[in-house]
Amino acid sequence: MTDEEILGKAYDTSLMKRLLKYLRPYKWHVVLGIVLSIVVSSMEAVRPYFTKIAVDENIANGDHEGLLFTALAFLGVLVFRGLIQYFNAYLTQWIGQKTIFDLRMQVFEHLQNLGLKFYDKNPIGRLITRVTNDIEVLNEMFSSGIVMVFSDVFTIIGILYFMFSMNWKLALISLSVLPLLFYGTFLFRKKAREAYREVRIQIARINTFMQEHITGMMVDQVFNREAKSYNQFDNINAAHRDANIKSIFYYALFYPGVDLIGAIAIGLIIWYAGVEAIGGTVTIGTVMAFLQFNEMFWRPIRDLSEKYNIMQTAMASSERLFKLLDDRTMIDDPVAPVPLNAVRGDIEFRNVWFAYNPGPTDAETEWILKNISFTIKAGETAAFVGHTGAGKTTIISLLGRFYDVQKGEILIDGVNIKDIRQKDLRKHISVVLQDVFLFSGDIASNINLGNEAISFEAVQRAARTVGANGFIEQLSNTYHAEVKERGSTLSVGQKQLISFARALAFNPAILILDEATSNVDTETELLIQSAIHSLLEGRTSIVIAHRLSTIQNADKIIVMHKGEIRETGTHQELLAHGGIYYKLYQLQYKEQETGSRPVVQIGLRV
Amino acid sequence: MKSLLRLRPYLARYKRTLLLGLLTVVASNLFTVAQPTFVGHAVDSLKRGLETNNLEQTDLLFWAGAIVLFNLIAGGFTFLTRQTIIVVSRKIEYDMRNDFLGHIQKLSLSYFQNTPTGDLMAHATNDISAVRNSLGPGIMYPTDTLMTFTMAIAVMLYTDWQLTLLAMIPLPLVSFAVYRLGKLVHQKFEERQEQYSNLTTRAQENLSGIRVVKAYVREAHEIGLFRVMSFDYLKKNLVLARVQSIMWPLMFLLVGFSLVITLYVGGLRVINHNLTIGQLTAFFGYLVMLIWPMIAFGWVINILQQGAASMGRLAKILDTEPEIRDTATTDHAISHVRGEIEFRNVHFTHKGANRESLTGIDLTVPAGTTLAIVGYTGAGKSTLVNMMSRMYDVTSGELCIDGRNVKEIPLQALRSNIGYVPQETFLFSDTISENIGYGTDNGTDEHVQEAAEISRIAHDVSDFPKGYATMLGERGITLSGGQKQRTSIARAVIRTPKILILDDALSAVDTYTEEEILKRLRTIMKGRTSIIISHRISTVKDADQIIVLNEGRIVERGSHDELVDLGGIYAELHRKQLLEEELEQL
Repeated sequence: MTDEEILGKAYDTSLMKRLLKYLRPYKWHVVLGIVLSIVVSSMEAVRPYFTKIAVDENIANGDHEGLLFTALAFLGVLVFRGLIQYFNAYLTQWIGQKTIFDLRMQVFEHLQNLGLKFYDKNPIGRLITRVTNDIEVLNEMFSSGIVMVFSDVFTIIGILYFMFSMNWKLALISLSVLPLLFYGTFLFRKKAREAYREVRIQIARINTFMQEHITGMMVDQVFNREAKSYNQFDNINAAHRDANIKSIFYYALFYPGVDLIGAIAIGLIIWYAGVEAIGGTVTIGTVMAFLQFNEMFWRPIRDLSEKYNIMQTAMASSERLFKLLDDRTMIDDPVAPVPLNAVRGDIEFRNVWFAYNPGPTDAETEWILKNISFTIKAGETAAFVGHTGAGKTTIISLLGRFYDVQKGEILIDGVNIKDIRQKDLRKHISVVLQDVFLFSGDIASNINLGNEAISFEAVQRAARTVGANGFIEQLSNTYHAEVKERGSTLSVGQKQLISFARALAFNPAILILDEATSNVDTETELLIQSAIHSLLEGRTSIVIAHRLSTIQNADKIIVMHKGEIRETGTHQELLAHGGIYYKLYQLQYKEQETGSRPVVQIGLRV
Repeated sequence: MKSLLRLRPYLARYKRTLLLGLLTVVASNLFTVAQPTFVGHAVDSLKRGLETNNLEQTDLLFWAGAIVLFNLIAGGFTFLTRQTIIVVSRKIEYDMRNDFLGHIQKLSLSYFQNTPTGDLMAHATNDISAVRNSLGPGIMYPTDTLMTFTMAIAVMLYTDWQLTLLAMIPLPLVSFAVYRLGKLVHQKFEERQEQYSNLTTRAQENLSGIRVVKAYVREAHEIGLFRVMSFDYLKKNLVLARVQSIMWPLMFLLVGFSLVITLYVGGLRVINHNLTIGQLTAFFGYLVMLIWPMIAFGWVINILQQGAASMGRLAKILDTEPEIRDTATTDHAISHVRGEIEFRNVHFTHKGANRESLTGIDLTVPAGTTLAIVGYTGAGKSTLVNMMSRMYDVTSGELCIDGRNVKEIPLQALRSNIGYVPQETFLFSDTISENIGYGTDNGTDEHVQEAAEISRIAHDVSDFPKGYATMLGERGITLSGGQKQRTSIARAVIRTPKILILDDALSAVDTYTEEEILKRLRTIMKGRTSIIISHRISTVKDADQIIVLNEGRIVERGSHDELVDLGGIYAELHRKQLLEEELEQL
């Protein structure tokens, strides 16, 4: 069973306590809601009472005016009740929605603060379910659950009050069927819940099957397994149908059953009215009122039992939500942070060891970086080269402190980055990732990422510097042209230029560039090369380089191999050395000498 | 509503049951409608007794008994109604879902490439549910409403037609209000759903881009954006709540008007001796009886409309003609192929694309030989092999198998002679044994093990506690990329196909194991045709024939040695892989 399928108990005190805390800001609204519920409920029971007065006092005495008065009073109460009922229904929804809004924002904010380590472990799909689905379930509990329970309870109390004050013996007689009703309902709920669970399981199976076989339709067809799959589906589909038919059976039994119990109560009222009438204690009006009470009594009782399901799913959802909120997979800021205002840009890695999932002992740990030390002086460009899996990308993740190192330290301007607040640290670093991520919105908002401190002029300037203005100004809305989800309408080269402009607009002291190795046409390639040049100028830069031009312009080349630094030097020095760099050069960079063929990825998929 | 007519054949299948169901609706209504009259008689009898001080206890007992008895009988019929009509609606849902799958199974690959899986899923679940809803409640409630309505009104009119007409005035408003409000609720609900999906998309986008968000310290900004959208969702919810909250109070109020009229006018008529107090009681009973049908009426119209809209969407899918299927020119006498493949000046353009994916392909693969295909990503390699199993049909030119146009060979015969290992391994959430045996109809345990042995997955399987019964996927274990590929190869091998296609199927397998697999494949593929796509020279070097595809054209062809001597793309690839191997040694 996955997390999503567990249905536990319908009530858990500690969960409930924690949930109710979210109602605290709206406690007066809740109080008002409960008061209004009581008012509405008490008026619910008034109808039979008016009938009794009309029959026993007005009609029996031929009192035309009294009858009119009773009818008008009845009408007045109805209208009044309708208004309050409407207001109250809205109020309860309002409370639910507000609470849910708060909770959703809390979960979302929490997600923003969790570290990348958390995201490495949790599939995004599941997290989205938390922010949307699970919270939606709680909405139902907050808006229809809590306040309505009061309403139902008070309705029942109201009806009981009137019944007993009119004629307690008749009240007892008509209530004598209640145990039967309770037992019947209990039995039905139990059976219906089992059937419902079976239906849910089968629906999940149908969905999984459908999903899988639509995605894998090609496999089905190539292996001509259509008939076999069809039969498999037929079985699941039939199981789903039968589970539903089973549940129909219980419903088909339950509804007439409840009706029958009601009819028995009517029979009892009539019979006992006869018995009592001999003593002269029962009037016609009372009997009519009781007949109406009888029919009004069932709804709140049935409602109450339905609340059980709502509560059950709400408890399961809130448990998952609280588990997420209690997850503290985040990197904490230092208690006494070192302020970092102006940054020169000296970077030093001092004996850094790092693993994503450290084992119990050093020997059992799969180290991604082993004893890495290097320094980059302010304003220098360092190019990192190496085969896939050499640990280059990890270096840049560590510099922004997205993960903490296990051993050694990383210093910026001589300050250990663990002593700096993450926000202060990252403010001075711009990262251009290999996979350009664009948000839906417009071009400008993708360059300044909604940072109002970066003016529109600054956005334009940045775009101009990296040469992105050319294509942007040709778009129909220039800087305000729409960007679709993931930038699907833009080419790979255009997306890269935007991400360069983004990095530049933030004007960082330190720039990190993970060069992409995608195929672009020659013209774009030249544009990108000159963009990179202006990007790196005058600031400390770390580049995971795939372009020969980038490497040749670097002050220092650091060659990584299997988690270690194996060679350091300039392009010419390393070529002369004839080691790993020489091989890499032959493999990846040499053909770029001619400038005709851009980077090709073939053969690198080991 | 017209689209619902398509359901006729389904309904016809169950017409006897449905007819029986309709009869039970009539019957249950007959017994229900009598009850308020019985109550009325009882009240009158009680009143007479009170006035004359001569109470007929047996009379009251008689009516009480009659009420319970009639209710019991009516209940029995209601039970049967649900057991017939609602059950039939579930059966039709089942039929429709089977037909849906049966139909999309025939649609060709290009359809699935152009239709998001999510859309098809939504049709298969939501739309079919909506149609079913319009079938079950959509048949049961209107009939029930009509019956209750006619019978109750008839009795009421018979008792006191003037009071009936007056009391009835607010009731049509109930239906009307439910219908209009229901429509409005539906519309506001849709608006709310749209914002909900916007919110979901936003969350998805934010979480997918969390690395950028964090790198540029944009968390606060993202929270702000999400807050705005979340707040908009809150507002849309409250608009919906406003409309929804009106529903029940308004309903009660309108019904209340009826009750007030009945109480006042009816009361006057009792005072004037035009009506007995029992009849007035019965009147109340009938009014209450009419409330639900009135509500149901407006509700059902909405359900039917939604069902019709869903049926319309489903019809669009069900009316899609499969592009690739057997036609009049198919020669059904063919049941086997030898495995000779010939492309004659084949051109192919993907649906909706403006560039050819394959251009002027001329290629002959004699039966029993091995063809290797090399080329950059996007060169058209997968497209080329997918034409052999008719996942795509040629745009122009001709593809022949054993000298016959591939379109003349029955799909079933063609595909059952092909073993295919796709580039992206797709395994089902089932046991390993089922996944391997999937390739054949009569795969015994020995066959499965044999195939697993050839593809070198047998050893891995024996390490799993449950062996071949190990579940894969969400509910089981996750195989590594290489293990998946080897399972996928076993699935193709178990078919002992005349044509085996490996589409980059060894990329996640290490070179040693690869060599082992290839060695075994060479033995069992003796006399059979093999097509191998790969990026690795080691995989392709022993093939009888190697072709290099570039931008949809065959640019180089020959044996390994010939191509290395040629000094083209293949030779370059060869040089790089040697370098890479050296680098690994360092």
